[in-house]
Amino acid sequence: MFQQFLQRLRLRLVEHLDGPLLLIMLALMTVGLSTVYSATYDANNRALAQALNMAVGLCAMWAVAQFPPQKLMRFAVPLYVVGVVLLVLVFLFGVKVNGARRWLSLGFIRIQPSELLKLGVPLMLAWYFHKHEAVLKLRHYLVAGLLLLVPFALIAKQPDLGTAILVGAAGFYVLFFAGLPWQVIIGLAATGAGAAPFVWTMLHDYQRKRILTLIDPTSDPLGSGYHIIQSTIAIGSGGSFGKGWLAGTQTHLEFIPERHTDFIFAVFSEERGLLGNSVLVLLYLLLIGRGLMITANASTLFARVMAGSITLSLFTYAFVNMGMVSGILPVVGVPLPFMSYGGTALVTLSIGIGILMSIQTHRMLVRQ
Amino acid sequence: MRARQSPLTAPDRELDRFRFRVAFAGVAVLVAFALLVARFFHLQIVQHAYYTTRAEDNRISLVPIVPNRGVIVDSKGVVLARNYSAFTLEITPSKVDDLDATIDGLSRVIEVLPKDRKRFRRLLEESKTFESLPIRSRLTEEEVARFAANRYLFPGVEVKARLFRQYPLGPIASHAIGYISRINKRDMEIIEESDQAANYKGTDHIGKTGIEQKYEFQLHGETGYEQVEIDAGGRAIRNLSRTAPVQGNNLTLTLDTKLQEMAEKAFGERRGALVAIEPSTGGILALVSTPTFDPNLFIDGIRTDDWDLLNNSPDKPLLNRALNGAYPPGSTFKPFMALAALETGKRTPGQAISDPGFFNFGGHQFRDDKKGGHGSVDMYKSIVHSCDTYYYMLANDMGIDSIARFMRHLGFGQRTGVDIEGESEGVLPSPEWKKRRFKRPEQQKWFAGETISIGIGQGYNAYTPIQLAQATAVVANNGIMFRPHLVKYITDSRTGEKTMIEPEPLRILPWKRQHVEVIKKAMIGVNTQGTGARAFAGAAYVSAGKTGTAQVFSLKGADYKASRVKKDLRDHALFIAFAPADQPKIALAVLVENGGFGAQSAAPIARMVFDYYLLGKLPKGAAAEDDVEDD
Repeated sequence: MFQQFLQRLRLRLVEHLDGPLLLIMLALMTVGLSTVYSATYDANNRALAQALNMAVGLCAMWAVAQFPPQKLMRFAVPLYVVGVVLLVLVFLFGVKVNGARRWLSLGFIRIQPSELLKLGVPLMLAWYFHKHEAVLKLRHYLVAGLLLLVPFALIAKQPDLGTAILVGAAGFYVLFFAGLPWQVIIGLAATGAGAAPFVWTMLHDYQRKRILTLIDPTSDPLGSGYHIIQSTIAIGSGGSFGKGWLAGTQTHLEFIPERHTDFIFAVFSEERGLLGNSVLVLLYLLLIGRGLMITANASTLFARVMAGSITLSLFTYAFVNMGMVSGILPVVGVPLPFMSYGGTALVTLSIGIGILMSIQTHRMLVRQ
Repeated sequence: MRARQSPLTAPDRELDRFRFRVAFAGVAVLVAFALLVARFFHLQIVQHAYYTTRAEDNRISLVPIVPNRGVIVDSKGVVLARNYSAFTLEITPSKVDDLDATIDGLSRVIEVLPKDRKRFRRLLEESKTFESLPIRSRLTEEEVARFAANRYLFPGVEVKARLFRQYPLGPIASHAIGYISRINKRDMEIIEESDQAANYKGTDHIGKTGIEQKYEFQLHGETGYEQVEIDAGGRAIRNLSRTAPVQGNNLTLTLDTKLQEMAEKAFGERRGALVAIEPSTGGILALVSTPTFDPNLFIDGIRTDDWDLLNNSPDKPLLNRALNGAYPPGSTFKPFMALAALETGKRTPGQAISDPGFFNFGGHQFRDDKKGGHGSVDMYKSIVHSCDTYYYMLANDMGIDSIARFMRHLGFGQRTGVDIEGESEGVLPSPEWKKRRFKRPEQQKWFAGETISIGIGQGYNAYTPIQLAQATAVVANNGIMFRPHLVKYITDSRTGEKTMIEPEPLRILPWKRQHVEVIKKAMIGVNTQGTGARAFAGAAYVSAGKTGTAQVFSLKGADYKASRVKKDLRDHALFIAFAPADQPKIALAVLVENGGFGAQSAAPIARMVFDYYLLGKLPKGAAAEDDVEDD
């Protein structure tokens, strides 16, 4: 009797988890935790706090995985509406920190509504396409584009280019997997290229500076070029096998700025070398590969586009972060998934994985 | 198309299209990650060495350790320049926002005089960018403690233990030793030209004059280095390695401080110069230029009022008269003229002239000092009694070219090559010199009348005291000429090995020995029965000399009466001498500016120097100026 109960409990606990996804995620978290430890142990150790964040993230993942995709759809409209309203409030009454209006103060706590929309936007668009699946016309893509453009513009205006890119990308992936015609995609790309000079004039000074320093970091070695110079030195000096855990001089002598958050890849790279980098890239590739498998096998349109969007968002995080730290992309505030210190991003990413698991496991249940 | 589409196959086609997009995404991801890995490969493999260097440069800072400067001692081992350790209060201007406020705040804790502020301002103007500059030096222990208690109030200000240069004898021999002072932009250029820039990192003082300047690179030593690991904020984390500095080499001079001090005292308040040389080596025994100054004033940057005092004084204490003052030699030129006459065959020792007391040439009368003349004058008498007419005639007979050629070999009008920078050339008059010196053609021509006064050491003749001393030493040494020098040997601080400054003859003048003996004999006569006899009465050694008086102001035709002429227009007194006459150990030239007759004021100084150097006798009182025979 008791034995049976235990077996059922175990089954209940794991039935909506995806083994491969969980394993890859745990591997990334292990690497991430050891790197956060190395990046912070000599001053203000954040490893324990990050372990806690990870535990919270895993719980959230598990909880989300229990909901079947149909039920997740119900959150789409409220989450999107609340998110956009909060963004408008930020636009009107937000707290200005370092020249950017990103935060909403509730007196005792500050919240960053743009985080909600990292999942809120793809959820909303996926729900929208799912609703109109049978009669998808070009105007539906237009409406979806508009639904994407509103939060994107509000976030970009804050300004928070990193989050705006992530939200925009997540929304675009939904459009892409929902079958946005290639002609439109190519047309958009061409328009984007043509509009680049115009966009340039609209960028903020600091954003322009980041792009300029990407082309020549030495043009402003103590200003915005400093981050890129120091992180490429860290990566390059890591060599084939790295300087060893806790032995990175760029890290421990504090030459790498924001070394436990956005620039944690420089720390990892310095101490683990090209070998470590390759392993890390492989882990992300496995994670994305598994995600794309789930996407390909998803049973409904909502599940497909949602899974596809989440998977490619993971890729976007990883690629943009490693690209900027190694000096081939401009510096934007994008964390490295499961590596960078910080609870909010970790929970958002974990929920994303949870949704993927839900899509995978509930599909199987339906078939059985 | 759409019409023929089967409703059943539509979802499948939809799914195929969707799966194609998934595959497309997968390929895009692969390509993007491949790009990243290629970037990592480029950074970590291809450019690994470069970035490793960059990382090392980031973390390792070389902190120079300044070596102790070499010590300077005289020939008897008396210390002339040494180092001592003291605390200074220093401000790094680049780390301080408001210098005035910081100094005001400091002055409430430690006394900061207006002088200190002025000096700091001056240092600030000539400083390198990142160095710290002293606002106060030589802090007492109490002051150090008081600052330490309040130092959190003064970021960018610190107490440093530094080695200071000290000249224990103060103003004695200051023109010879020179001094060090803070490195300025011009010094920096010299350091860079000499490929010493790396060795001077951390050094902030450099020799500015005298021995300190000439032997700078011997005295400086080799800078040591400490490799320190620093963090991004520039804070030192730990020491990695240390290369000890090598102390500078010590210098031992030929100078005899006691002799120097005695000679300086002998000048009293008078301006002048004295150079005493050991004829057999060229070693300088005393190098006097009065008035002197205290070189200690210059070390941490001289205070403005001290500087004004030294720089604006009419006595020009900073001028090294021994090397940079050019004076007509007056009658001290006569022995050299006489030697030239013998060597060129223009005169024989016994050949006498009849001196009426003047010499007429081209309608101009060149007068002798002695009214009515000296009567019959041969070479011996011409020197002993300093007969002008003899030399007017001689100069006329020899001609300017012949005189200039002989005197050039004696070193007149050329730098002696003494080991002090900035020596003057003086003027050896000749038609070529005149052509170079003047621009207008009518001024460039040499007139035969100008040759006449050259013969008695007047006219365009202008030589430095050291040239005169060297020429005297060459005669004393029978024509063997040495380069005058102050440093006897350099002691290597690492090996203790002594490098002698070899007394190598510059040139050997092929004089007939009997000619030199004639001159020497006459110069002995000067000191026994002639113009120098008074000064050398009762000397326990045989000396040889010649007095001289150089006109500062020409009173044409009028009688010269010292009492009637303003002090700074009075004639310069000169005296050259060597002793003992048969085996000269010391040769010298004395010059007393506006001292009147050489016999009166210059010769007694030479007597004191000889008495001390040869007999160890110290003078009893100041030199008395009394009436003696004119020269």
